[in-house]
Amino acid sequence: MWRHSALVLVLASAIPLAAQSPRFGVGRPPTPEEIRDLGAAIAPDGGGLPEGSGTVAAGREVFAAECSRCHGPKAEGDVGPVLVGGQGTLRTARPLKTVGSFWPYATTLWDYINRAMPFDKPGLLKPPQVYAVVAYILNLNGIIGDAAVMDAQSLPKVRMPNRDGFVADPRPDVGKK
Amino acid sequence: MKHSGKTSRRHVLQIGAAAIGGGLLAQQKTLAAETPGKLGEPLGPYGDRSPFEKAVRWRRESKTPETGSSFTPLQDSVGTLTPSSLHYERHHAGIPTIDPSRHRLVIHGMVDRPLSLSVAEIRRLPSVTRTMVLECGGNSGSEWAASTGPDVQRSYGLVSCSEWTGVLLSLLLAEAGVRPGASWVIAEGADACRMERSIPLAKAMDDILVAYGQNGEALRPAQGYPLRLRIPGWEGNTNVKWLHSLKVTDQPYMARDETSKYSDLMPDGKARIFTYQMEAKSVITFPSGGQTLPGPGPYELTGLAWSGLGRIERVEVTTDGGRTWVPAQLQEPRLPMAFTRFRLPWRFDGRETVIASRATDESGYIQPSREALIAVRGTNSNYHFNGMKFWKVRADGTVSNVEA
Repeated sequence: MWRHSALVLVLASAIPLAAQSPRFGVGRPPTPEEIRDLGAAIAPDGGGLPEGSGTVAAGREVFAAECSRCHGPKAEGDVGPVLVGGQGTLRTARPLKTVGSFWPYATTLWDYINRAMPFDKPGLLKPPQVYAVVAYILNLNGIIGDAAVMDAQSLPKVRMPNRDGFVADPRPDVGKK
Repeated sequence: MKHSGKTSRRHVLQIGAAAIGGGLLAQQKTLAAETPGKLGEPLGPYGDRSPFEKAVRWRRESKTPETGSSFTPLQDSVGTLTPSSLHYERHHAGIPTIDPSRHRLVIHGMVDRPLSLSVAEIRRLPSVTRTMVLECGGNSGSEWAASTGPDVQRSYGLVSCSEWTGVLLSLLLAEAGVRPGASWVIAEGADACRMERSIPLAKAMDDILVAYGQNGEALRPAQGYPLRLRIPGWEGNTNVKWLHSLKVTDQPYMARDETSKYSDLMPDGKARIFTYQMEAKSVITFPSGGQTLPGPGPYELTGLAWSGLGRIERVEVTTDGGRTWVPAQLQEPRLPMAFTRFRLPWRFDGRETVIASRATDESGYIQPSREALIAVRGTNSNYHFNGMKFWKVRADGTVSNVEA
């Protein structure tokens, strides 16, 4: 009997231990609720994008309702930054860095709007609304057509104008003896 | 003297005070004889500074006070540490109120054992304490356009130095078991905007802290309570506050704050990305813009130097507009990536002059001039400005930037 009891004891302690870290025995597997509470991190290849889709037309309505009060009715900027224009200005004395002229990946727009916008109510928009407002802003910048639909398949395929505009850090470029 | 030792001491103090006030000796004699001692304030549970001390952070007026920066009053700093209460701030969606008993750090993605850790568990693990600077990648960003920052706080004040305590991130990642092929960690905060940055795994396995302590106590809410990343030598934005997620991946996620922000636009239209390290920098904090020297005479010129590349080896100071440079005294110990206080005895002769400092770190890197930086990077890169700051001392003792 003692053997059996010992076995039960070992099993009972092994189950929680298996979920803990090997060296210090801390932590447990995250719960689905804990994972859901994290921001949806979207990779540039589209990894992490949820189901759903949005059109330019739907995005125009979402933008008017939730975005225009800070970014202006035509995304021209107000309290929030300008979201359109600037293509061709990055080499000039007065570069205008916007989603259209500067951002290298369309997935970043989805990731950022979903996690951080609207500024005073982050997380308010549901995935189809995020796809829609992303479609609208890309359309305003002339990057996708009026009939385009954004979803987990189409969004990562959007080619941003400044996709190849970033280079690795070459420093020290000044100050090195 | 008829006084006891105690009143005698008070008498002396009052003579001193009267002498400063000027010619009040007769009056103070009466006070010394007739005013009884007055008890001070009682003991308290948590300290405040003297009501006579007025140094505060500065911030621009804003319609959205939950986002923006507040600047450390470097002109009022002494020594090499920044009080937690005066540490610079940069927030994107306000300061969350987090109950540490309910906060979890989730390590997931390309790991063998996804882990959810409580703050209490993290505080139980082997810890590390390290004094180091935190500098915003955008510190001195306004200096790219013109060296018009009116004082050291507003032009160089997005930098502070604290003693930080926490657990090595490499220890936590080893507990979760990083899978082959992983190369990046996506860190995310629990603030309203879920601020995220991509960190190369090589740095994560090197010297990054998951910090819970600052200057001998828990982190302040504005500094990421209860957990934040502290990445030695790297721009502030990567030091994710209110840390609640570390996702191990095989690629950077090209987050908004590493593509559209904190990247450096060059004159050819290309932008440098992942410019993490903050290069050597120094600035004179006294005398500096906005201060006034009461007159000619001897002064201790002093300032701060630091480098994200390591230890400060040398600080040179010019008091003649850059014609000659002399080495300043450096306060020991010089800790790598921490503030090093420098000092130089200096006699102000009452004639207008221009003063500046330049730092050299242990890698041999020499803090460049603003002109040298602009010659390579132009004026539109916004971030990572580490040029020298020249202050003009006028004949009347007032100090300003050189373009004023």
